[in-house]
Amino acid sequence: MIQAGVIGVGQTNYDSKRRDVSMAGLVREAIDKAMLAADIEWDAVDAVVLGKAPDMFEGVIMPELYLADAIGAVGKPVLRVHTAGSVGGSTAVIAASHVCSGQFKTVLTVTFEKQSESNATWALSPRYPYSPHINAGAGGYFAPFIREYIRRYEPPEHIGWKVAAKDRQNALKNPLAHLQIPGIDEKMVSETPMLWEPLRYLESCPSSDGACAMVITSEDRVGSRNVAWIRGMAVRSEGTLSAGRDEVNPQGGIDCAKDIYQQAGIQNPRTEIDCAEIYVPFSWYEPMWLENLGFCDLGEGWKLTDEGVTAMDGSLPVNMSGGVLSSNPIGASGMIRFGEAALQVMGLAEDHQVEDAKISMGHAYGGAAQFFAMWIVSSTKD
Amino acid sequence: MKKVAVVGYAQHKILPNAGALNEVELIMPVVHKVFNDLGISQDDIGFTCSGSCDYLQGAAFAFVEGLSAIQTSPPIKESHVEMDAAWALYESMLKIKMGDADTALIYGFGKSSPGNLDSIISLQMDPYYISPLWPDRVSLAALQAQILLQQKIITHDEMMATVIEARNNAANNPNALLTDHVSEDLYQADSLISSPLRGFDCPPISDGASAMVIASEDKAFEFTDNPIWIEGIDHSIESSNLGSRDLATSPTIQNAITNLNLKNINFDVAELHTQFSHEVPFLRKLLNLTNVPTNLSGGPLVGNVMMCAGLDAIGKTFQSLVSDQSDHGIAHASSGPCLQHNMVVHLERHK
Amino acid sequence: MSDDQAPKDYKESFIHLEYQYTAGSATTTFLNQVKEGRLVGQSCPKCKAVYVPPRGSCPRCGIATSIEVPLTDKGCVESFTVVHIPIPGNPIVPPYVCAMIRLDEADISFLHLVQDIEIDQIRIGMRVQAVWKPKDEWTHSLENIKWFAPIDEPDVDVSTLRFKPS
Repeated sequence: MIQAGVIGVGQTNYDSKRRDVSMAGLVREAIDKAMLAADIEWDAVDAVVLGKAPDMFEGVIMPELYLADAIGAVGKPVLRVHTAGSVGGSTAVIAASHVCSGQFKTVLTVTFEKQSESNATWALSPRYPYSPHINAGAGGYFAPFIREYIRRYEPPEHIGWKVAAKDRQNALKNPLAHLQIPGIDEKMVSETPMLWEPLRYLESCPSSDGACAMVITSEDRVGSRNVAWIRGMAVRSEGTLSAGRDEVNPQGGIDCAKDIYQQAGIQNPRTEIDCAEIYVPFSWYEPMWLENLGFCDLGEGWKLTDEGVTAMDGSLPVNMSGGVLSSNPIGASGMIRFGEAALQVMGLAEDHQVEDAKISMGHAYGGAAQFFAMWIVSSTKD
Repeated sequence: MKKVAVVGYAQHKILPNAGALNEVELIMPVVHKVFNDLGISQDDIGFTCSGSCDYLQGAAFAFVEGLSAIQTSPPIKESHVEMDAAWALYESMLKIKMGDADTALIYGFGKSSPGNLDSIISLQMDPYYISPLWPDRVSLAALQAQILLQQKIITHDEMMATVIEARNNAANNPNALLTDHVSEDLYQADSLISSPLRGFDCPPISDGASAMVIASEDKAFEFTDNPIWIEGIDHSIESSNLGSRDLATSPTIQNAITNLNLKNINFDVAELHTQFSHEVPFLRKLLNLTNVPTNLSGGPLVGNVMMCAGLDAIGKTFQSLVSDQSDHGIAHASSGPCLQHNMVVHLERHK
Repeated sequence: MSDDQAPKDYKESFIHLEYQYTAGSATTTFLNQVKEGRLVGQSCPKCKAVYVPPRGSCPRCGIATSIEVPLTDKGCVESFTVVHIPIPGNPIVPPYVCAMIRLDEADISFLHLVQDIEIDQIRIGMRVQAVWKPKDEWTHSLENIKWFAPIDEPDVDVSTLRFKPS
């Protein structure tokens, strides 16, 4: 297989309303930054891969058509990916597949969401005439799974607050992050209103506008560029309402992680992976995914969080950028994880850089915790 | 790079209104049909990819419902494009070429009957300048038809002949929605929807689903004695700004002709994702197919399942090459107003 | 300059689209029974998993769920959340309990409300039963069930509920 690497990552700043730009302007902002970072011109781009969550979030159907010019796709192949919340991650995987297949040398990929152009909670709550209207948004959907996690392993209540505070503290070191809350700590989180028990306001992700782009290229085009080598990548899906599915610890996540570890030759993720950007839209998903991804045994994830292992100065920093809890342009949120993982091993994460990061992980999930996309990137090729 | 072949294809009968059938109930029969034809199951599939459009169903994440038609235990390698399923085929082919899978299941589904397709499709346009004008899909297509007629690239007679031929061909297609014969008189008497397009020049509102299985050269012969090879596949997009496009030609089709070296190939059969009658003579001339039997299935004019009709063109070409024992087929898939995004596929049966 | 003269950086414009939803034949069968006050699931002919409400397929096996399985309106709370914020388009006044209800003999749960109990008394594994609207208000909707209410039976160990294929 042809090896591929990330040579440029570009992100907009994330905000609740980016009314200074159109949708086209938003994606182009991320693309320009990615191409500048990659030091390439348009003629080097062989294909474009666009990802975003539902079209109903902006009211534009198949936006690759309208955005063809803004994303520099005119005269080139373009593919539009939509795999629910995991889409930012699966778009990166598909973009890299364009290169690994040998069909293309250099691929530009971009994901975005401009949630301020519509009403996401409305878009997420279709009112079928034959269903009771008890839909309570994404938090209402995931909170019961979190409660079941708490029932199984009896972690202390402050774990959720701790994750929420830690990610927002990290966000203070990332000028692009949406939520910048000076002085944020566990106490402040614990005093915010309850939304969906056991989730409080600051334990939940914001709704953001933003875009993230990457340039992925084949090994023969890397040249002397700084590169994050893609050492393993995979996707897995499972049916929403499938009997026997464990929503707390989904098999799809377990299998997907094992797949990328095997590709990357990782025996022990806990010691071999230097840092990870994991899709944590609600605080408790940090310990839940640590277990699902095999960083520890079942029931031990909350202890890693509690002991500070996942903090910036811990031995396995998680969500150095501030994570989904600090910036959440849904369609881009997965790619931000993948791109931030790449920035770490490229040494370009600036104030939120993990010292000597050589191997990092990007993770995204979506739907009813049923769609997974992950990758391992490294500063070395093998 | 591994070669990739189409080994199986199944299409649901195209319906004007699938009524009580939901997406799962449309998808499952065609997936089972293609599996049964090949004697395989989901366990034999390395990658699964689908194409659909949430807005047709009127609910965000509607594609997730469709996945319930597929066996997903153990969890599967799977993805989805918010595009015609022809692009799901494209993505699947990349996965096979890179060695991530040896086989792939592709499915597409669409129900146009629940909503107003004209209104829905106008949301494809620039949301700040064009969509607020609610341009409908027929009027947009008519802009291109008018230019092609005025520049004498096509004629009214060719459009009429296309409609008559499509209906005649539909008689051979058990899944076609429109099979009534159309005479010249009947065509001429039909009223204009958006000049110069009459009702007969437009595709019917259609519901349906299709499924396809592709395989690497290592696997293809395990499934069939008749793999049809994807000899070439190319796609590209044009500007979203209709005013900046030359609608009298198609740079993306020209790209494909060059990139796939199509000039000197004698095609035996062609299936084009031509939703409107004027697009058939236009693309036949561009692709040098004037003497090649085209849209023997009747094409989208006799049944046009949104998000699936492009995959169907590829599937119908595959079926022709298998059943006629012919060698070269060409298929086309399209997306966007006035053929903005085009894919061309060269299929070949090896002797 | 007054507010309405200030340049605006955005303009709201509404998109109105109408759809005729279809539930699908499995759900239609289910809703026809719900109209009569009965809960009827469907089981997978292969792994025997019982789905309620049925969607017409078993995603474990990728086949149609053709066998009808009459169910009681009793079950347990598999998990739940207390919703404290109003949701657009949702008429229920917070706080309220949104629970994953697992009916007896069913192998998946569905979301519904739990009431007739103090919120802080609700727990995972609690036994509940449907509280139906008056018969003359029954329609083709699970809204025929107003909510689920606790019944005086011992709690269930939910870890035993995980489906195992037969």
